[in-house]
Amino acid sequence: MTAQRARPEQAGDAGLRAVPTSSTEKLTIAQAVCDGLATEMARDERVIVMGEDVGVDGGVFRATDGLIERFGPQRVIDTPLAEDAIVATAIGMAMSGLRPVAEIQFMGFVYPALNQIFAHAARMRSRTRGRFYVPIVIRMPFGGGIHAPESHSESYEALFVHTPGIKVVIPSNPHDTKGLLASAIRDDDPVLFLEPKRIYRAFREAVPTDDYAVPLGQAAVAHAGEDVSLVSWGAMVRVCLDAAQELAGDGISAEVVDLRTLNPLDRETLLQSVVKTGRAVVVHEAPRTAGFGAEIVALINEHALLQLEAPVQRVTGFDTVFPYAKLEQHYLPTRERVVKAVRATLDF
Amino acid sequence: MPRRTVFESVIERLEILAPDGAVDEELMPGLTDDQILELYRNMVRMRVFDDKAVKLQRQGRMGTWPPLKGQEAAQAGVALAMSDEDWLVPAFREHGIMLMRGVPGHLILAYWAGDERGSAFPDGVRCFPIAVPVGSQFGHGAGLGMSLGLRGEDAVAVTFGGDGSTSEGDFHEALNFAGVFKARTVFVIQNNGWAISIPRSRQTASETLAQKAIAYGIPGIQVDGNDVFAVYAATAEALERAHSGGGPTLIEAVTYRLGDHTTADDAGRYRSEQEVQAWSERDPILRLRRYLQARGLWDDTREEILAEEAAKWVAAQIEALEAMAPPDPADIFRYMYGEMPPNLEEQMRSLMEEVAS
Repeated sequence: MTAQRARPEQAGDAGLRAVPTSSTEKLTIAQAVCDGLATEMARDERVIVMGEDVGVDGGVFRATDGLIERFGPQRVIDTPLAEDAIVATAIGMAMSGLRPVAEIQFMGFVYPALNQIFAHAARMRSRTRGRFYVPIVIRMPFGGGIHAPESHSESYEALFVHTPGIKVVIPSNPHDTKGLLASAIRDDDPVLFLEPKRIYRAFREAVPTDDYAVPLGQAAVAHAGEDVSLVSWGAMVRVCLDAAQELAGDGISAEVVDLRTLNPLDRETLLQSVVKTGRAVVVHEAPRTAGFGAEIVALINEHALLQLEAPVQRVTGFDTVFPYAKLEQHYLPTRERVVKAVRATLDF
Repeated sequence: MPRRTVFESVIERLEILAPDGAVDEELMPGLTDDQILELYRNMVRMRVFDDKAVKLQRQGRMGTWPPLKGQEAAQAGVALAMSDEDWLVPAFREHGIMLMRGVPGHLILAYWAGDERGSAFPDGVRCFPIAVPVGSQFGHGAGLGMSLGLRGEDAVAVTFGGDGSTSEGDFHEALNFAGVFKARTVFVIQNNGWAISIPRSRQTASETLAQKAIAYGIPGIQVDGNDVFAVYAATAEALERAHSGGGPTLIEAVTYRLGDHTTADDAGRYRSEQEVQAWSERDPILRLRRYLQARGLWDDTREEILAEEAAKWVAAQIEALEAMAPPDPADIFRYMYGEMPPNLEEQMRSLMEEVAS
């Protein structure tokens, strides 16, 4: 259809301009998601929100609170309980001119939708040589640390990074949440937007009330340092910042690199940091084997091996089923483990 | 506390054109002779195209091909009922209706020859690309139908699948969504009796596939899928319902796959020659020809001319297929994302250097 071909705008067109941050609001990550959705919906009527309990209930984490009142049930769609169909119908909508933001309530429930994500959304542009593309955002809370029931704590970002054709975005703070969500929604390709639910409400930050975009594919240096690079994303960025603070007490200067987007990956920021410090610790919550940390280590080895002072360390979840609430604190990477790994790189 | 009936429903079967070519005048839809003649020509073109594709595969000039032989009426009848604005969301045996909806024949062949450009349909062709995973296209059809409604576009999504696909969870979820949201979607199931080697009786204990609609609160109807008039009439009714906001419909077209599942399959391993023979006598093309002949609208001379025309047209499709320049290896990377990320640029450069050396 013509709308499909028209390419009304490219991702970031509006976002990359200078942002007048005349006013801000102190928001949590969950509130920043909601604010980001509302801002994009007001900006572009093609944007719709759909998923289980996203309407009247405002989302189980209140990340869509108030949207149905503001934009109505046509654009904020409470769907039946069916992850596969949520993504499938979103694909059909996206291919006919809408920009659906579909919510999967927890990452542990996404598996029925993998067929749609892997076999359709990720492949559509390539397999039709650009005739069709799928501008959808699939939001989902991920990760542990909130004493949730079984199947509510998974971190399987690597599954999606390993599937070409999907962008994978993971914010670690309220400001980036709103800005990255804007870029994700304006992007013409499918974007998986993974929200670290452990820090959904952990802290507040000043977030501009205007619309702005944080570009995809750009990492951030969350804390500058000289001696070691801590590379992370999502909730683990907070753990790394804590570790950096502790290390600073001992005169060790740690740089924290927040990747923010795992695909496309900002190799430059990553490698610049590692070349500068000569040491790196990669921190993620997901299982260790074939986790995205392995890819980071491989990249560092390919591009910065000779600048390394010590082997790159990994602090990760275990290669186990995610434990239930009573044992989850043993599974999750901690500040102590990060500090220990840093010391290992310094003592090498 | 009585026990009482809280719900009852019936499923109808529609037949208009008998195997001997006689029609039920009362049920016969209002089609002009020209429309019916064009319908016949299209069905013959489909058959010739399909036969030729099988031959090309046998000659090693094309990859695996899923023959549609025997299912021409189930596709042509739907195509005739659709308007220009309507969308087709096919599975993978819908070459016939794809042709009628404007997808160039050489592109369909290109797809099965292993060339992604086969799904780069020309602008204005309202057809989603072929969907291979089985059943996963129904949700796209439901979503498209929802989207057409939300955007106030006066068009309907028509999505196809086979009897086997109704066993997939996607089928359930898509019909359920379509029902809840009154999607502008028509679901057409070509029940061709076999999902590779598994007969329809092993897919479901349901008496019909059409009755599955009942559980989703949407209308369902079974039609003789080798009766192009019944297929047309049921589709026209379903499209009218969708256009007027009445929501989705499930149509079960009972037909038969006269060929193998694909050119990689040997149907002789799991079904009898007698069964195939019995269905050959119910051939949808033969049936329409009998009707046309009885009405004096067709004869052997016209058939010969059509056969010649169809052969020439198919030859032109093959010529266009074989005239396509070889695909550029860089295309593997070019269409992954709207903008190529650095890692792909690097990988593309490396492949292209290898190709050039």
